[in-house]
Amino acid sequence: MGDNQNLGQEDSQSNPGEEKKEMKTSTTPRSLADVASNRTRKEPGTNPLGSGLEARGVHAWFGSKHALKDVTLDFAAGTVTSLIGPSGCGKSTFLRTLNRMHEFIPTAALAGEVLLGGKDIYASGTDVTKIRLRIGMVFQKPNPFPSMTIGQNVLSGLKLAQIKAPNTDDLLEECLERAGLWSEVKDRLNEHASALSGGQQQRLCIARSLAVRPEVLLMDEPCSALDPGSTFRIEETISHLAKTMTIVIVTHNMQQAARVSDYSAFLLSDGGPGELIESAPTSELFSRPRDKRTEDYVTGRFG
Amino acid sequence: MTTVEMRQVETAKPGQPWRATPRERAFAIGNFIAAFLLAFVLVKFTGLNGKLGWVLGFFFSYIAISFVAEYARSGKPAAQDSLLTSVSRFAVFIAIIPIASILGTVISKGWRGLHWGLFTQDMSQATVNDPIANGGMLAAIVGTFIMVGLALILTLPISILTALYLTEIRGKFSGVIRFLVQAMSGVPSIVAGLFILSSIVYPVTQQYSGLMGALALSILMIPTVARTAEEVLLLIPNDLREAGLALGATQWRTVAMVVVPAVKSGLVTAIILGVARVIGETAPLLLVSGGGDATNFNPVSGPMGSIPYYVWKSFLLGGTEESSQRTWAGLLVLLIWVMFLFAIARYISSRTKKG
Repeated sequence: MGDNQNLGQEDSQSNPGEEKKEMKTSTTPRSLADVASNRTRKEPGTNPLGSGLEARGVHAWFGSKHALKDVTLDFAAGTVTSLIGPSGCGKSTFLRTLNRMHEFIPTAALAGEVLLGGKDIYASGTDVTKIRLRIGMVFQKPNPFPSMTIGQNVLSGLKLAQIKAPNTDDLLEECLERAGLWSEVKDRLNEHASALSGGQQQRLCIARSLAVRPEVLLMDEPCSALDPGSTFRIEETISHLAKTMTIVIVTHNMQQAARVSDYSAFLLSDGGPGELIESAPTSELFSRPRDKRTEDYVTGRFG
Repeated sequence: MTTVEMRQVETAKPGQPWRATPRERAFAIGNFIAAFLLAFVLVKFTGLNGKLGWVLGFFFSYIAISFVAEYARSGKPAAQDSLLTSVSRFAVFIAIIPIASILGTVISKGWRGLHWGLFTQDMSQATVNDPIANGGMLAAIVGTFIMVGLALILTLPISILTALYLTEIRGKFSGVIRFLVQAMSGVPSIVAGLFILSSIVYPVTQQYSGLMGALALSILMIPTVARTAEEVLLLIPNDLREAGLALGATQWRTVAMVVVPAVKSGLVTAIILGVARVIGETAPLLLVSGGGDATNFNPVSGPMGSIPYYVWKSFLLGGTEESSQRTWAGLLVLLIWVMFLFAIARYISSRTKKG
């Protein structure tokens, strides 16, 4: 794994010009590589907003089961990174170590560091609730709070974290607008969230996590329970959000990874703990994977 | 063209094609009538006797006839299906008999004893053998209200917090505590009364009082409420807790704003079930709150009556027509209360989980 340690950083220095070359050499039309290279990859540092996230030698355990081994990966500020890999490779576990949700599993254990703005979020004395305010999360299954209305759901983060906001009406509209839901719900803010469709509920959950103004947003297969139309709208939402924040998304859908992400990381478990096999700019990972296993996975030969 | 289509749309009527056809209904009714007649034959020619014999004969012949008929008509799987259906109908019937019988007896014997004075007078000026118009249940009703109300106030925080400890904190001792709470729900009520009597009434207060009754009742109520509350809390998907925590909330903030509101109706049901559990308790109250014929509003001093005590006393010290009528009227009032509470619990828990 040693040669992968600094891939994230290498990638971030790679030249955007390479992508154009890639498009010409690509022979299969509409391949994943094409889809990926149709995006203009955002270069790190071009965005003043948000903090980068750096995972340094992260291991995770559940009881005696070693679930994740030595993952080192950078998420540059203002970029979208997708984590791909077959089920059980530890990508969701890895995602949950990034905002300290991992520790809610009673037998969980961890080694390594996760740096947010250069500071280890696992350092002793760190206020974990503050960390989760800065690193938001959207879950696989839409989980709006059933006892609250649509409007209350969006603003629930402020109440839960006891933050005072001067003008909640503006914030409400802004968050729903950014999540691409405002036009659909603006006349029914007082209805219960259960009245919305699954896709709308998921966008409501995104709006809810935006209200506390996180710098990083972690998304754990946010579209896996949704129909193609809702998936499309959420991907649009992700593209909009990426202008102002760092996004890490776990997905089983290669097309989605190719469409939405600037960088991709491939994780794999060969029965043992999940490991980071390769990480690269998305267009590169899908067109010229360096590792045979990555190639097999992205071309659909296994997994 | 369009008019034809329009007409077709208009003539489409909602129907239920899966419902039993007249033929199938006739078949079922035929089975029923055959069993009905066979029951008379069985009573006449076998050892079965009287009404009970007839009912038993009817059920067994119904089970047998419908099995055989279904076998002949649709084969073995359908016959097995209908066998299980008719056997479970029989079981339900047997289960309902005692409940229906209790309700029927109490209502038919109790309603004549109901009069307005029952709720405005107490027994301080009357004896159980006086005419029913003298005296009433005021002391008993007030006592039950005060003691159950106090027990509720004591029970509520303890049992809800216990349930939250078991489901939210999941501390080291949750296994032991869950076991103890379950074991406590099997404690006989008289043991709860004796415990309060020997630990507080004899050594400390040395007098009967409503508060002691409330303490004994809350010992019985806590496990019921805590267990029901735990069960409804366990129904909350973990996703919701994680959503709250991922928004930067502390654990208690998440519990108070997300978890508890989501199970509000379940918690109300738990509380009502707890009240219904203790409202008819007699034994512990006889031991620690005594039983008063005069209305006592002070829970910390002096004996306090209760509805079960009223019933018990009317039955034990009476022997006349009047005292018997008092007993049944008291039972009816108690039963109405319990039914009322269960009805509320059912209504609240069946409401859609919007609020």
